[in-house]
Amino acid sequence: MDKERIDRIIDKYQAEPSYLIQVLLDIQAENHWLPKDALARVGERLKVPMTWIQHIATFYKAFSLVPKGRNKVHVCMGTACHVRGATRVLDTIQDLTGIKAGETDLDLKFSLQTVNCLGCCALGPVVEINGKTHGKMAPGKAADVLKNYE
Amino acid sequence: MTAVHLKIDGKEVEAQEGMTLLEAARSVGVDIPTLCHHEKLEPFGGCRLCIVELEMRGWVRRVVACVYPVEKNLVVRTRSETIDKIRKMILELQLAHAPDSPQLLALAEEYGADKDRFEKEASFCIHCGLCVRYCAEVKKKNAVGFVDRGIRKEISFIPAIAARECWNCKECFELCPTEALQAAYVLTKALTSPSLSTEPAPEK
Amino acid sequence: MPRINSYAELEAFRKQLQSQRDPNRICITLCSGSACHATGSGDVAKSIEAELKTQGLSGAVDFRRTGCHGFCEKGPIIVIHPEEICYFQIEPKDVPEIVSQTIKEKKVVERLLYTDPQTGEKIVHESEIPFYKYQERIVFGSNGSIDPKSIEDYLVIGGYSALAKALSSLKAEEVLVEIKKANLRGRGGGGFPAGRKWEGSRDAPENPKYVIVNADEGDPGAYMDRSLLEGNPHCVLEGLTLGAYAIGANEGYIYVRQEYPLAVENVHIAIRMSEELGLLGKNILGSGFDFTVKVHQGAGAFVCGESTALMTALEGRVGEPRPKYVRSNIKGLWGKPSVLNNVETWANVPLIINRGADWFTGIGTEKSKGTKIFSVVGKITNTGLVEVPMGMPLKDIIYKIGGGIPGGKKFKAVQTGGPSGGCIPESLLDLPVGFDELTQAGSMMGSGGMIVMDEDTCLVDVARYFIEFLTDESCGKCVPCREGLRQMLKILTRITTGEGQEGDLELLEDLAETAKEASLCALGTSAPNPFLSTVRYFRDEYVAHIRDKRCPALSCKKLIAFHIDPEKCSACGMCLRKCPVEAIDGGKKKIHIIDQQKCTQCGTCFEVCPERFAAVRKISGAPVPPPIPEEKRTITRKSKEI
Repeated sequence: MDKERIDRIIDKYQAEPSYLIQVLLDIQAENHWLPKDALARVGERLKVPMTWIQHIATFYKAFSLVPKGRNKVHVCMGTACHVRGATRVLDTIQDLTGIKAGETDLDLKFSLQTVNCLGCCALGPVVEINGKTHGKMAPGKAADVLKNYE
Repeated sequence: MTAVHLKIDGKEVEAQEGMTLLEAARSVGVDIPTLCHHEKLEPFGGCRLCIVELEMRGWVRRVVACVYPVEKNLVVRTRSETIDKIRKMILELQLAHAPDSPQLLALAEEYGADKDRFEKEASFCIHCGLCVRYCAEVKKKNAVGFVDRGIRKEISFIPAIAARECWNCKECFELCPTEALQAAYVLTKALTSPSLSTEPAPEK
Repeated sequence: MPRINSYAELEAFRKQLQSQRDPNRICITLCSGSACHATGSGDVAKSIEAELKTQGLSGAVDFRRTGCHGFCEKGPIIVIHPEEICYFQIEPKDVPEIVSQTIKEKKVVERLLYTDPQTGEKIVHESEIPFYKYQERIVFGSNGSIDPKSIEDYLVIGGYSALAKALSSLKAEEVLVEIKKANLRGRGGGGFPAGRKWEGSRDAPENPKYVIVNADEGDPGAYMDRSLLEGNPHCVLEGLTLGAYAIGANEGYIYVRQEYPLAVENVHIAIRMSEELGLLGKNILGSGFDFTVKVHQGAGAFVCGESTALMTALEGRVGEPRPKYVRSNIKGLWGKPSVLNNVETWANVPLIINRGADWFTGIGTEKSKGTKIFSVVGKITNTGLVEVPMGMPLKDIIYKIGGGIPGGKKFKAVQTGGPSGGCIPESLLDLPVGFDELTQAGSMMGSGGMIVMDEDTCLVDVARYFIEFLTDESCGKCVPCREGLRQMLKILTRITTGEGQEGDLELLEDLAETAKEASLCALGTSAPNPFLSTVRYFRDEYVAHIRDKRCPALSCKKLIAFHIDPEKCSACGMCLRKCPVEAIDGGKKKIHIIDQQKCTQCGTCFEVCPERFAAVRKISGAPVPPPIPEEKRTITRKSKEI
């Protein structure tokens, strides 16, 4: 990610150290992951130690330190979806994509992540792919849904 | 500094305002076990070993002594059946990570902790935080920090800073109760230094 | 919009807006909350706009995209005013009929109405539908009438009148006294009296002081705060400003989880519009009182919902809770007095100031005043957000409003309070909903999540699920939580996979006690609750798992086997085709058999076997019958009985 874009985001928050998380969120939103040079630049300008940034980038699940796949698959594991069988849906999707939750496949096609409650409990179990919500999922439906994604 | 009067294990204690229960106890020779405490560092309150019982206005509660400030008329008990049970469990949980740690084993003997109560865990680190905090607060180099959270939390060196600072320092090494720190350092060094192969360099 | 400089100007502006609105004018409101958005309300909106234009009605008929209406099971929802005709599960293809029949010809489209499942009766008006009838939607009700992106809508329904009243005629202490009198208890989980918390900050000598909205809403299954913040951000802002005035704070923060992008967007719009009108910022309504609000997004950490961890996150650090020995209303954000309250708590404040503490204390029970918004989800017919007065029995919420358990299944437990709460069994369903009542039953009110579970839910697995959630979300600083939960998860996983041992329950109970007594923060001390409450009311399920290797709910994958009953199988082939791992062997007129080695217990065969055969069953704690011999597998057509 080029330095100008990073600096622009940092300037938006006046390089205030208390906005560290907001800065990283903006970088993550624009770039879809946090490259090392971006983190170094943030540390330099906000004057915070690298250990803080390292901890924040790994503590908070919104951040990714590695590039993500083209298709971001989020399986809701909230309690309501769990009670309606979300674990079985997750297991099937893991089998179909070949990756576990938190991983990205080698072709960078799918990134799989579990999320805790998308707030669409009426549609549970819910799987969100690239922001689109797929409700009332079942293991039998997973293959059909996934094959629509390149 | 106002004086604060309280009772610890039946002893009358005159402490200074702003002192912690741990400091007040130590000032009258009452020893409370600690793992994550160090005089040069801000209190951490992570290991919970220094947990004590408080009685005030008829209420009994449990707090950690290294962080709790003295209050007047407190009645503090540093040992009790519940306290001992909690300390025993904390030690057993830590021993699952570092069954050979001399500090842990000494405390285990006193509290009857069984080092084999839990299956062994892969990581030695018991997260006392002494290394991270020492490097941040005393050396101010921030060469080592925490990563992640929950059961996946670990310590991690920043290779660029470690390469510069640690070889000539290593002051944190003797603080580590389990030698997990040394292991982390050696691993970081191995991963970031050029490979030290035992094979001779290839002929040009 | 012109800047408003006094209470009188505000009222004049309000009257002007109200006079411009004809209450008899037709208005179509469409629920556009995140959940309805997920079911396609965006497309419905486009259809409505297009159809109104085509029919030349765009000038005569208003169309308003509102926040969440609450009846999420049946979304997208349209309510047509002024008649209050309520249509459910609308698709774009329904729109032309709605416009031509209902809007133009005043005729109701029967098939889109709510049908009472008991009587089959069709109900036209929103307020008569059982789901809504038994609620008391004093806080949430406005969601259905306003466009959250419009400050005018909020002003028309009386918004900001509480703030104007306070700034022009009440002293700051008087606002505080009214909140204390109302006995408003925190709606985020702790149930701590808000008035007392505010008073502590007001009396604290240090400055500056801060007010903070906790919109982190981490409890899975709870989404009330999101719907409130998305649908009516102004009422939260107004409450926050009133609180700031009461305690003497000039800066406020709203901490919203980043998983709620629509809430973040609508809050930003609301702040901008309020500032433009002079209802936020410097010299609000000419009173001399300054108050600015900043928005911070969460970054995916449940522990940041804990008040001290939230403040640490606002300071730009990892969300590690601090010990509460010095309360955060005395030493909070940046070590200064900070009042942190939940979204719903703040939303109640303007109502109390406008209508008075006496009105508020008239609702609810002795110790729990007012209403509470619950998210009723899980194995329930009417999934959605409900607002009821405190004291309503749980069974009324579940049966009268929630419509009971779908599929004819039996109720087993209702889980309240999220990962810090517990499960309440059928025997306690008469319990009135209230802070102390739920705590005594071994659960807690929490933020309002109410997850209904039926006979097919394994409660040992529920306990394991919550512990797993917390091992991931724990900050990891203290031993009793980090290590205690680590071991509890291992043991519970063994139990649910058939490897439970004697002594497991006792060890779990010891670990639970240590976490309860010695953890650093409320996440840790309440983490054992789901386990403790399920063991209290459903110990026999644990014993079955450990001793008999049996899951009574037939749910734990490693403890169940799927078996096709040869007496019932008619070889229709449905399960064979749908099995994701091709574990079923069979053919035309050949009884199907599941290969137990290949089976992954996904349950698809069980779901797809036609009801009239119901040939697939789950077996637990007993061996699977061996496959019938090959000769017996051919189905011979039964000859007709004469």
